[in-house]
Amino acid sequence: MSSYWRGLRDGAPFLLVIIPFSMLFGVLATEAGLPLHETLGFSVVVIAGAAQFTALQLLNENAPTLVVIASALAVNLRMAMYSASITPHLGRLPLWKRGIVAYFLVDQTYAQAVLDYEKTPNQTTIEKFAYFMGVMSPICPPWYVFTVVGALVGETIPENLGLDFALPIAFLAMVGPMMRTPAHRIAALVAVILALAFAWLPFNTGLLVAGLGGMIAGAQAEIRLGSAS
Amino acid sequence: MSGSTEVWVVIVALGLGSFGLRFVFLGLVGDRAMPDWFLRHLRYTAVAVLPALVAPLVVWPNATDGDPDPARLAAAIATVSVGYLTKNVIAGMGVGAAILIGLTALL
Repeated sequence: MSSYWRGLRDGAPFLLVIIPFSMLFGVLATEAGLPLHETLGFSVVVIAGAAQFTALQLLNENAPTLVVIASALAVNLRMAMYSASITPHLGRLPLWKRGIVAYFLVDQTYAQAVLDYEKTPNQTTIEKFAYFMGVMSPICPPWYVFTVVGALVGETIPENLGLDFALPIAFLAMVGPMMRTPAHRIAALVAVILALAFAWLPFNTGLLVAGLGGMIAGAQAEIRLGSAS
Repeated sequence: MSGSTEVWVVIVALGLGSFGLRFVFLGLVGDRAMPDWFLRHLRYTAVAVLPALVAPLVVWPNATDGDPDPARLAAAIATVSVGYLTKNVIAGMGVGAAILIGLTALL
């Protein structure tokens, strides 16, 4: 089996996450008053679920533009870590191919690709790139398509089904598996305490305080406790 | 909601910024080593920022004008617990949604 098709097969199950999540973005963006081209623009240009939801929520609260951008980028800081982590595998590609990988580097493509590279280390850089493109295929294009589907069906979804809480539930479900070491759990706990303590700060700037505080707590806990689970 | 120009400014700035974050090491650093302290902090970005984002929404929900709501609190705790115990995002979302819908109907 070619590396591309192997990647496609391994990426396919992520459709179960991508379809509801991208539809949810389409629904919420439409309910917030965004026209279809702006909603799709988010999914194509930004292509990052958590950052898109963050930006949408802050736009809805009429936060200053700079706060919207800074907060959503803070949510996306982990992408730099993904970039660092995948560089030993794909860093030898020509620049334009590294640019393509960077654009499609999201939680699911990163996690699945690195898992495979570590499991099957004897791949050439060409094979690793083909595998990455295979994983990306059932994840990123459906992200655009089902954003549009969500935007189109969104207005027909009745109010008051607890949809306001779909975003917290989606994020909390992702946070659960992330808390795999004591340091991760301490980072999350400190971030939650700081987020509640600094919720009074204007325009959700408490999020930045809480996020940075949680990161520092996690790094300090790792130094003292080690990174073992 | 803000004006259309502002939304596009946000979209383009976020797109460039997100691409920059994804490209910075892959494109510019290559295979040179990075300082440990820097990677150590980045490891905890997602697990700190995401809970910080939702904590106020869980404790003071928009739908109840900021009054704590037992159904939403229970759904949030169940979601994060199931996600943590099963390592399964979809299971966590499913249980959380079921508890929210069930308790909202009952209470």
